[in-house]
Amino acid sequence: MLESANPVPMMTINGCVIVAIRDDLDDQEIVSLQDQLVEEVAKRAAHGVVIDISALEIVDTFAGRMLAAMAQMARVMNARTIIVGMRPAVAMTLVELGMTLDGVETALNADRAVNAIVSGRSNTP
Amino acid sequence: MTLKTPSDVAFARQAAARAMGAIGASAIKTTKFVTAVSEIARNAVIYGRGGVISFTQTGPSGRQSVIAVCTDRGPGIEDISAAIADGYSTGKSLGLGLGGAKRLVDRFEITSSSRQGTKVTLECGPR
Amino acid sequence: MPNEVTISSIIINDYERVLTEWLKVQSAEGVKRTDLVSGKESEQQSRDLLSAMAKAMPKEATDDNLDLAEPGWEPVRDALETIAENRTQRGVSTTEMGWFIGALKQPLFKILQGEIGEKPRILMREIWNVTRLIDQISLHAIETLVSKREAIIERQRAEMTEVAAPVVKIWDSIVTVPLIGTLDSFRAQTVMENLLDAIVQWEAEVAIIDITGVSTVDTMVAQHLLKTAAAVRLMGAECVICGISPKIAQTVVNLGVELPNIVTRVDLESGLAYAFERVGVIAGRG
Repeated sequence: MLESANPVPMMTINGCVIVAIRDDLDDQEIVSLQDQLVEEVAKRAAHGVVIDISALEIVDTFAGRMLAAMAQMARVMNARTIIVGMRPAVAMTLVELGMTLDGVETALNADRAVNAIVSGRSNTP
Repeated sequence: MTLKTPSDVAFARQAAARAMGAIGASAIKTTKFVTAVSEIARNAVIYGRGGVISFTQTGPSGRQSVIAVCTDRGPGIEDISAAIADGYSTGKSLGLGLGGAKRLVDRFEITSSSRQGTKVTLECGPR
Repeated sequence: MPNEVTISSIIINDYERVLTEWLKVQSAEGVKRTDLVSGKESEQQSRDLLSAMAKAMPKEATDDNLDLAEPGWEPVRDALETIAENRTQRGVSTTEMGWFIGALKQPLFKILQGEIGEKPRILMREIWNVTRLIDQISLHAIETLVSKREAIIERQRAEMTEVAAPVVKIWDSIVTVPLIGTLDSFRAQTVMENLLDAIVQWEAEVAIIDITGVSTVDTMVAQHLLKTAAAVRLMGAECVICGISPKIAQTVVNLGVELPNIVTRVDLESGLAYAFERVGVIAGRG
């Protein structure tokens, strides 16, 4: 398929995989992103993952579930995962949907997330 | 607009966002409506053996709203009130889709029968 | 039908007479509201509307095909817009607006009677046309007035909620919003929106919600606070709720409301102390 031939850009800096999701991936593209991400984490032996969703105008239950799953998978591969840049409207919508992504760590932007991972500082109280 | 594949769901989202833009809706309302459309359209693709979704604008200028009507050809939903309740799913999802969609829009209607499939109507104003 | 007498021909040719008669009826019917709109203004508005009608009439149908939405009627719609704008500001009621325009019927009927009184069939037809036209114009005027008024109400409501939920940046990476009065769903929504936008704007790490001024905390309010805290966390910041007075603590527990995973503090001071600790500010006392 054409879409999966266009992978989401991903880079690894200092043991930290950074993914910036572009807007409006369909369900299949999200699934292939998940495959791509776990492979990258394994290949680079990464200890951190930062997923930037600031370009996403919509996160529905499927996308939310996949994000939570990606975070969990990376964690079992010993990589701390932080989701960053969620838009206010998206946050409110997810809460309304009842998806509070409780097990997932969040940060305001990629900069803070990378700092937190590199310095090993916990963001959760 | 036909719904058959996951990329059709993405197209439906784009159409929903355009319709909300046309009535000058706020960012929050747009996000909520488009998310609800996404849930409903995905249900039609996964459980409803594909379907059709259409968007219309109604109401006087300044207080317009967008109405999305989604029909599928699926087996119908046996117990609608159970399906809307959070945590109910016949598939392997979280079961937040239908009930969540209902909370995100101003008006939500659902009718379902084993013969005619399921029809969901969503309406959302600009703010 | 160049020489036939119709409402169009009357308004175009007998402009001054219609205007004079109209103004007379306005004062006789007591619709002038000289306390709100001065006689001069009323006269000017009447003149504007009538000349707009005269401008539109040669082009547009005044018979069964009458449709005020046609482009030719634009001057009339514009004139009504201006009049409605002016009268909304003065507080003129919809009834008074309806009467103001409705008062135009009588002089037109009178002139028609005088001109074509001997041809009852044509007279009937024209009276019907006048009625329909004036009614449509008057309905349009009332609708314009109402929508202007609604716009004002909407603006005031927006201003009020804005005032009721001011989000302040009190330190680098710390924002706070003091809540006062009752927290209904609409306000809770506004507070959430403002707070989340402020988090983005100031790149805040901690958001303090001060509920000292909230009169009652019931399950509804607690639900709103929980939602707000969840949304704040999703954005990557942390939410602290402070101002939990002994009374609120009691009602919250008695109601069986739980605030899981939310940092709560008694007052703003201790809330701020917690926030400083989170962002790494060292604050001394005294």
